[in-house]
Amino acid sequence: MPELLRLATAGSVDDGKSTLIGRLLYDAKGIFEDQLEAIRRTSEQRGQVETDLALLTDGLRAEREQGITIDVAYRYFATPKRKFIIADTPGHAQYTRNMVTGASNAHVSLILIDARKGVIEQTRRHAFLSSMLGVPHMVLCVNKMDLIDWDQARYEHIKSDFMEFAARLNVHDITFIPISALRGDNVVQRSENMWWYDGSPLLNHLESVYIGSDENFIDPRFPVQYVIRSQTPDNPDFRGYAGTVASGVLRPGDDLLVLPSGTTSRIASIVTPDGELAEAFPPMAVVITLEDDIAVSRGDILCRPNNRPTLTHDLEATVCWMDDRSSLAEGKNYLLKHSTRTVRAMAESIQYRLDINGLHRDEAVSALAINEIGRVSFRCTEPLLVDDYTTNRTTGSFIIIDPATNATVGAGVIRVIATTHASPNVVRHGGRVTREDRFASLGTYGATVLFTGLSGAGKSTLAAGVEEAFVRSGRSAFLLDGDNLRHGLNGDLGFSDQDRTENVRRAGEVARMFAEAGSVALIALICPFEEDRQLIRSLHEEAGLPYVEIFVNTSLEECERRDPKGLYARARAGQLPGFTGIDSDYEMPAHPELVLGPDSGSLSEQVATVLERLEGFFR
Amino acid sequence: MARTRIVADPGDGVAGGSGRYRLSDLAALEAQSIHIFREVAAEFERPTLLFSGGKDSIVMLHLARKAFWPAPVPFSVLHVDTGRNFEEVLEFRDRHTEAAGVRLVVAKVQDDIDAGRTVEDSAPGATRNRLQTPTLLRAITEGGHDAVFGGARRDEEKARAKERIFSFRDEFGQWDPKNQRPELWNIYNARHHKGEHIRVFPLSNWTELDVWHYINEESIDVPPIYLAHRRQVFQRDGMLMAETEHLSPADDEAVFEAMVRFRTVGDADCTGCVESMADTLDLVIAEVAATRMTERGATRADDRISEAGMEDRKREGYF
Repeated sequence: MPELLRLATAGSVDDGKSTLIGRLLYDAKGIFEDQLEAIRRTSEQRGQVETDLALLTDGLRAEREQGITIDVAYRYFATPKRKFIIADTPGHAQYTRNMVTGASNAHVSLILIDARKGVIEQTRRHAFLSSMLGVPHMVLCVNKMDLIDWDQARYEHIKSDFMEFAARLNVHDITFIPISALRGDNVVQRSENMWWYDGSPLLNHLESVYIGSDENFIDPRFPVQYVIRSQTPDNPDFRGYAGTVASGVLRPGDDLLVLPSGTTSRIASIVTPDGELAEAFPPMAVVITLEDDIAVSRGDILCRPNNRPTLTHDLEATVCWMDDRSSLAEGKNYLLKHSTRTVRAMAESIQYRLDINGLHRDEAVSALAINEIGRVSFRCTEPLLVDDYTTNRTTGSFIIIDPATNATVGAGVIRVIATTHASPNVVRHGGRVTREDRFASLGTYGATVLFTGLSGAGKSTLAAGVEEAFVRSGRSAFLLDGDNLRHGLNGDLGFSDQDRTENVRRAGEVARMFAEAGSVALIALICPFEEDRQLIRSLHEEAGLPYVEIFVNTSLEECERRDPKGLYARARAGQLPGFTGIDSDYEMPAHPELVLGPDSGSLSEQVATVLERLEGFFR
Repeated sequence: MARTRIVADPGDGVAGGSGRYRLSDLAALEAQSIHIFREVAAEFERPTLLFSGGKDSIVMLHLARKAFWPAPVPFSVLHVDTGRNFEEVLEFRDRHTEAAGVRLVVAKVQDDIDAGRTVEDSAPGATRNRLQTPTLLRAITEGGHDAVFGGARRDEEKARAKERIFSFRDEFGQWDPKNQRPELWNIYNARHHKGEHIRVFPLSNWTELDVWHYINEESIDVPPIYLAHRRQVFQRDGMLMAETEHLSPADDEAVFEAMVRFRTVGDADCTGCVESMADTLDLVIAEVAATRMTERGATRADDRISEAGMEDRKREGYF
């Protein structure tokens, strides 16, 4: 049984993307004789010696005239293992919107790099957009290897160059393939010229990349699309709710919660013309009947009582603006189409525009122009039922429609801050001992200390000193070091803003548990954004646990002079885009409990200052 | 959805067992098309479905029935009749739509010619292909349709490969390829002003082979001319044409009997057939899978006008 794989391709005007697709179709026998004959004729008319395979994909007359691809084109081919849908998108800067369109549904993002040029702005932009859209798999084809004499060293250099950038993105599966689209090396056939490459050729890789776990089968969401009523002799009083399963698995007998009304019922049956189903999962389009006669209409979402989306008037989203006749501006009104519901919304504020080359934030903006990407807050006239885009592509995305022209002017991926995730119905499990019992029995108290500051400021050194002092005095303390966490718990996170926030959130949650257990949790993290620090603070305040934020205030000059890991040097050399202090901001803590720095005395004096500050809580 | 097409993945070793939830390629295509039908029914007031009796429109109607089952299809179907259709296909059209319980509206090109709204090209060999467009636009206006389903597939032709699933048409029914609405995820923008409409292509991502596989799996009835049969034919412009009341051979074109079948059903005067022994669906599938010519390239004289032929016609409002 073949599977369907959606592939989005991106590349610059002349890095050979069209040739690669032409080659893939040609070698996989996805093109027909008459198509080949047509491009053979055109190539001849243009005086080209070899048939230009790129002509296969350049569809519109305007493109043939200009010699570039101007819109998303869809191509189809199949092998015995899989059926492929290629969304072929142009690479030049002004067409970011097409790239976003093509990649929104993709399983795999295929990016071309010209081996002579290496990683360029374009490469980074495409990688960033793929990551923003949550495309699960990325394939980088280093093309035109024939023009650099199949040079392995050059290939390895490009590879490590890209990986440094990609560490900051949210992509977990990255594959590199050295190819020559023109000659066909490593496209369908293994290359004899690149004996040193031991991976699969491209087609082989596309046939075998595992996409089975890309859907969310955990959180049931069924947006009601259409209500089906029937009064036929066979079905005298049928009412069913039609829709496409967005995520999770649904089975007859499952308890259901209807949102936003909040009524509950149970799935009576999952019906299709071919018979009833024992289960339904994404992306199946089915009809659900309920055991109870309750009001359900288009725009509602069916979910489980203990696992529900967030109901909110306020949306935080990363938005890509796609309209060349207007820009997204604060205070303007739009229509948002989210899943099966359309609401009016105002763009309340633009927090920042993202420079997708360096990934840093430009906060001094109040509008987004075409092809620009930024973080935007919307206020909706009616509440929407949303999930974070990373957990749900359907309930985590929306398009923006201009109410005057009806044009689709933008698209957004929703960011739900994780602390708001927990449904009010998820009840915390109470143990049999209270916090007071625990602390009294251990003869200690729990607390959390955050050490924030630039890389190289001395956070870890100070925190380690505090940890040692506590432990030697018979108290339990534990250092949660940012770098160490990234090796384990946070090993799946990169350095995108989103991942950094998640990194901080997890560190905060773990610290809270340590504190709850009676330890002093010491977090040493750069934690550059005030919003994120506020998150850790509120976690502890809500839990009623002592919390101290210490700003290790060492100047950038000093940190750079120390440069213990050589990171500043690399960042200055452009090898670590988005590095805090160089091309990403460190927001000064607004209200730290303590500020320490090189002028605050020796290490042991500073440790004593911290202990003294904490003593206040423990008396 | 045929349950046989949802199979457990025996090789799954992933925690949580998510790998067992896999759809076949056809089941995934079917689900996407059904989603589109429901979205249109929910967001438009007066949709209609273009039904020619060709295999793509038959599959569309089949998907529409599945999308709203057990309720009836909530819109009518429309046929633009050039007056040059194959007799067998017209019979099939009437029989099939009646069995499906949908209302059939026929818009005749001849009516527009008779009323002087369009002028027939009097050149010898001229087809009525271009004349379909004004009749189609008239039928859309008369029916007050704000959405029109078409069976076009992106694998058919280069210009179609770039068209959106929801394709916006201005008040003159025109398509502007440079100014298409971005289409992301499975969110479709249905908004339009009065007088404008949206062409909707639920089969956008299907290929010719997918259509045949689906017809076979779902046991869908198709007009007999799709299967190999004996017929009086003659050669013209490198294509095999059927002798019918609409098309006669020239003096130097010899008529002979052959086993043939049609890959598309267009007008009898411009749709060629191919020699074939495929008289069952399985054999048709085997033949399509092995073929090295696109269906339009092989048998449609109307698409050979120029390389940009389809793009020009689409701009004017053709499907």
